[in-house]
Amino acid sequence: MADVLGSYNQWLAGAWLTIQLTLLGGALALALALVFGMAGASRHAWVRGLNRLYVEFFRGNATLVLLFWFFYALPLIGLRFTTMFAAVLALGLNIGAYGAEVVRGSIRAVPKAQYEATVALNFTPFQRMRRVLLPQAFALMLPPFGNLIIELMKGTAIVSLVGLVDLTRASKDIQGSSGETIAAFSVALVLYFVIAQMLQLFVRYAERRVDRMLGRRLPSEPSLGTIAAGAPGAGVTG
Amino acid sequence: MPPTDTTPEAPTPDNAGAGGGSTPGDAPTTDESAPAAKGVSTHKDAAGEGEAAAALPHGAAPGIRFEKVVKRFGDNVVLRELDFTVEPGERVTLIGPSGSGKTTILRLLMTLETLNEGVIWIGDQTLWHMDRDGKRVPANQKHLHEMRKQVGMVFQQFNLFPNMNVLRNLTEGPVRVLGVSKDEAVERARSLLDLVGLADKINAHPTQLSGGQQQRVAIARALAMQPKVLLLDEVTSALDPELVVGVQDLLRDIARQSDLTLLCVTHEMAFAKDISDRVLMFDQGQIVEEGPPDQIFGEPSEQRTRDFLQAVLAS
Repeated sequence: MADVLGSYNQWLAGAWLTIQLTLLGGALALALALVFGMAGASRHAWVRGLNRLYVEFFRGNATLVLLFWFFYALPLIGLRFTTMFAAVLALGLNIGAYGAEVVRGSIRAVPKAQYEATVALNFTPFQRMRRVLLPQAFALMLPPFGNLIIELMKGTAIVSLVGLVDLTRASKDIQGSSGETIAAFSVALVLYFVIAQMLQLFVRYAERRVDRMLGRRLPSEPSLGTIAAGAPGAGVTG
Repeated sequence: MPPTDTTPEAPTPDNAGAGGGSTPGDAPTTDESAPAAKGVSTHKDAAGEGEAAAALPHGAAPGIRFEKVVKRFGDNVVLRELDFTVEPGERVTLIGPSGSGKTTILRLLMTLETLNEGVIWIGDQTLWHMDRDGKRVPANQKHLHEMRKQVGMVFQQFNLFPNMNVLRNLTEGPVRVLGVSKDEAVERARSLLDLVGLADKINAHPTQLSGGQQQRVAIARALAMQPKVLLLDEVTSALDPELVVGVQDLLRDIARQSDLTLLCVTHEMAFAKDISDRVLMFDQGQIVEEGPPDQIFGEPSEQRTRDFLQAVLAS
């Protein structure tokens, strides 16, 4: 155990790479999800077609194969990426496809009456989306986004197969050098869990912010106690 | 498929009734741009009637004309070659059993439904058609955007934006769509909230308001866009009974103090009687009977009108 914990430099470096991949991949996935999700909610059939093309292709492929493709196949036709860039691309494109479906579904789930009110106020299509539909849809997107970002974080483990030293690779290295298999992989488990909890906290915080924007849980926030007790009024209202 | 024998491009281009009367006098206090020293609506120059009436839209209201309008939902024909005219500044109530097409008329005017056949005039312009090289062609988004500027609508379910507080619900449209300056929009919002009696709720969130208060805000929001035609779609149907009267009183004041062209769908017959110059009784997408409220509610000539009124009043 002492050996395993002694190499904390390796652990930290590995965890940091995992976090970097998660944040960069997540940012790319979010951008793609918003763009292609809105495309999926478009009135024009050809724009919706773009959404289908993207979603079906990148959702229907193994992230690892995508990564191999960017890392091994593309250089053969002259496109050379850094390993890090290829990994972010594979992860972002894959999770972004799931996210696009979340965005599309959330926009469609905003009550039709809200859309009609924007027409009655003569908003342009862009203003309808930007000022009313997207802000309200965002509240619906957050819980599934929480799932996806954790999914993405766990998915980063595949980069250990193309030579990046992330948390998974670090744990294997330490296991090899110390011979303490149980301890090494246990530490890896705990570190993944801790990172996931940090992401979860962040998503919860965002959910609370959005709830307040939408006037839920007003005027007073329920305390942890009332939620735990299942008191009336705790949790979601409105 | 329903048998339709309409020729969609057959309407006569003259618009005597609708367009001709688009100048109903410039007598009343011209709108808000005039007064030099404008406070916050506490003052009132003339017009002893209302406090914040200055916030109401004034100026030439257009008339409305339906010509052989057909609206279908699938095989279901909701409006069958409907013809009717609303004079500039006239207040018209549409009554009739549900499914008779009343709400569809308002939704067509607000462009929430698309027109199948016929022509709808607002003033001397067609709503769903535009002129290209002397031909009447289906309107594009730009034309609809222009036409919508004249029309405002209040919904049964209020439809306030929950992601904005009351003030932003009232200023978002004027600022983003009409290009009014932020300060001016806020000032107008204040006087409109004054008018609807909710000045103290300016920073409240829609979810903190009662149904009646939400509907008042929705009315103010529609007026903030300075429409010339106001559509009221069963605006008190979703309210608790004790809140209905307040909203109706407000609308009555607004109707009296503005020169809006008003189209109102309601099941409240007393309100219809009170607010309207003319009542149209609908059944199955056609006008069964029309006339001044006294006549329709007093001595209707059609049996279907009598049956309908009896059923409504009995409930």
